[in-house]
Amino acid sequence: MGWQLIRFWTLLVYLFMFLPVAVVVLLSFNASQFGSFPMTGFSIRWFVELAQNEAILRAFRTSMILGALTALISTTLGVLASLALVRYRVPGSNLISTLLIAPILVPEVVLAVALLLFLNFMSINKSFALLLFGHVIFTLPFVVLVVQARLVAIRRDIEEAALSLGASPVQTFFEVTLPLMLPAVLAGGLFAFTISFDDITGTLFWKPGGVETVPTQIFAMLRNSISPEINALGTVMIVLTVGLPLLGAAIARQLARKSGG
Amino acid sequence: MSSVILTDIEKHFGDFTAVYKTSLEIPDGSFVTLLGPSGCGKTTTLRMVAGLLDPSKGEIRIKDRRVNDVPIHKRNLGLVFQNYALFPHKTIAENVAFGLKYRGVAKEDARKRVQDALELVQLPSVGDRYPKQLSGGQQQRIALARAIVIEPDVLLLDEPLSALDANLREDMRVELKRIQERIGVTTIFVTHDQSEALAMSDRIVVMSAGRVEQVGPPEEVYNTPASEFVANFLGASNIMDATVLGREGDDLMLDVDVFGRVAVPGRKAADVASEGPAKMVLRAEKLLLTNRDEPADGTVAVDGTVEAVDYQGQAVRYFVRAGDRQLQAINMIDEHPFDEGAPVSLRLRPRDCAALPAT
Ligand SMILES: Nc1ncnc2c1ncn2[C@@H]1O[C@H](COP(=O)(O)OP(=O)(O)O)[C@@H](O)[C@H]1O
Ligand SMILES: [Mg+2]
Repeated sequence: MGWQLIRFWTLLVYLFMFLPVAVVVLLSFNASQFGSFPMTGFSIRWFVELAQNEAILRAFRTSMILGALTALISTTLGVLASLALVRYRVPGSNLISTLLIAPILVPEVVLAVALLLFLNFMSINKSFALLLFGHVIFTLPFVVLVVQARLVAIRRDIEEAALSLGASPVQTFFEVTLPLMLPAVLAGGLFAFTISFDDITGTLFWKPGGVETVPTQIFAMLRNSISPEINALGTVMIVLTVGLPLLGAAIARQLARKSGG
Repeated sequence: MSSVILTDIEKHFGDFTAVYKTSLEIPDGSFVTLLGPSGCGKTTTLRMVAGLLDPSKGEIRIKDRRVNDVPIHKRNLGLVFQNYALFPHKTIAENVAFGLKYRGVAKEDARKRVQDALELVQLPSVGDRYPKQLSGGQQQRIALARAIVIEPDVLLLDEPLSALDANLREDMRVELKRIQERIGVTTIFVTHDQSEALAMSDRIVVMSAGRVEQVGPPEEVYNTPASEFVANFLGASNIMDATVLGREGDDLMLDVDVFGRVAVPGRKAADVASEGPAKMVLRAEKLLLTNRDEPADGTVAVDGTVEAVDYQGQAVRYFVRAGDRQLQAINMIDEHPFDEGAPVSLRLRPRDCAALPAT
């Protein structure tokens, strides 16, 4: 009896969470002028209009570039930081570790305002580079956490074996360490990309005038009217942010299988 | 000629001394074992030779070259670890070929050398597999092949057999020794297992708490232990209090607890003064139990009583009481072992005894 109730509640919670998503996806294929029920027929016209909307395309491009650069920089920094923390036992590594992880714990609004105030104080103007900097700061912890966990599990004696066989430390890194942590590096990069692609809070604070990412563009469009284009855009976002990590996981599994795992 | 020479090396970790001032020469082509209980500094010593740890003091020479400042990847060493440490993302052939890449060996030549190495470790057809597809024993053979294919100046092995189960360990022991003799590479082998050390080594370096206790061939370390620690660590020994009575010819005359007068051969009592207190060491296998009515001919005999019997198949281990001492004896079984409580005679031959300075 008790279990029945819990099952029922769980079902309700999931419905509550996923129904709106399902509705958005469904309505994005609605032929009607209005982005709401009842549906009048199946159509992809909103996707076509989306593809012809200059503002949205620009926002999409911005988001892609921002996400890719964030992923690239965050992953590089995250790998280097993890190496320093795990392999080279730099002094004060506990403190550094905490500082790197801190942006996850601080509410994003606080972080966003703090960075903005700091830049005001330093009288630096908002720019795309600054937006990128912000995204790197709050995606870095995820990369560090994922990569560090993997690095700890790579036994040191495997690297020592490579060194003893004549590989220099740098060669050892590229021949042994990096391939072994590649799944974690890819996962970290994908995390960084999707988090950056999805982000709105920090982006609203940091973006310079005239630059829009997909989320801020949707936000702006919503203020004017609820166009069915938004449903289509939502569907694209869902496919990207759910599909990419799934794809990443599949690739990681493939890599693991190749090494006989 | 010596391949490896350690001169006054020491290793400190903060306030803790892992290896006290140690000097050691390892002759070309020999198989030298660092033997001692866990934590005595064997791995630390090996890692200093490998270049994975810097000695706090002292000098390390390999093949007449001072290597203190030479990083590990330029030392040309073969390293084998307890847990194999194969590259999990590379095939067996790629694993074995790894070191050749950094030695500018041509592809064709490398392929042949890899195949030769795989044949040497008796796994000629696993080249295309990944490490996880091999058993522990096979992985360790591959690790060995990977280390020797580069023709290292010195082969360093840190407890390479410890992760294998007992039967396999004995096979691998024979195998490893065969390969080492075949290629004649200078080898430093680390183990805490005395039977491995005795079976494989040309020389054993017995270590305890960061210090070298004794260096010598297996039979010397076994029969003429240089310290109580060595006597106890290599098999079971009886160590008895004694007083030196003086020298008679080549022999050192001792008055030994329980046994009375024993003439220990001088070469087995090198470090003992001509008078004063000393210790006498007698291996458990050299203390013979007989019926009391058998003639003593040439042995020193005392009466005793069997207190416990530990039957081990072809041999039996007795704990015997003689006077106020309990002694250990390991005897081959002739017919029927003595029972608990049996009255026996304990016999020792003076030439089996060794003397140590009293501590
Ligand atoms: N990096 C280190 N820092 C501090 N102490 C260490 C370190 N490495 C080894 N030790 C200590 O040195 C001693 C010898 O260690 P080791 O050489 O590994 O012994 P073993 O003979 O078992 O191989 C041990 O007490 C160990 O705890
Ligand atoms: Mg050790």
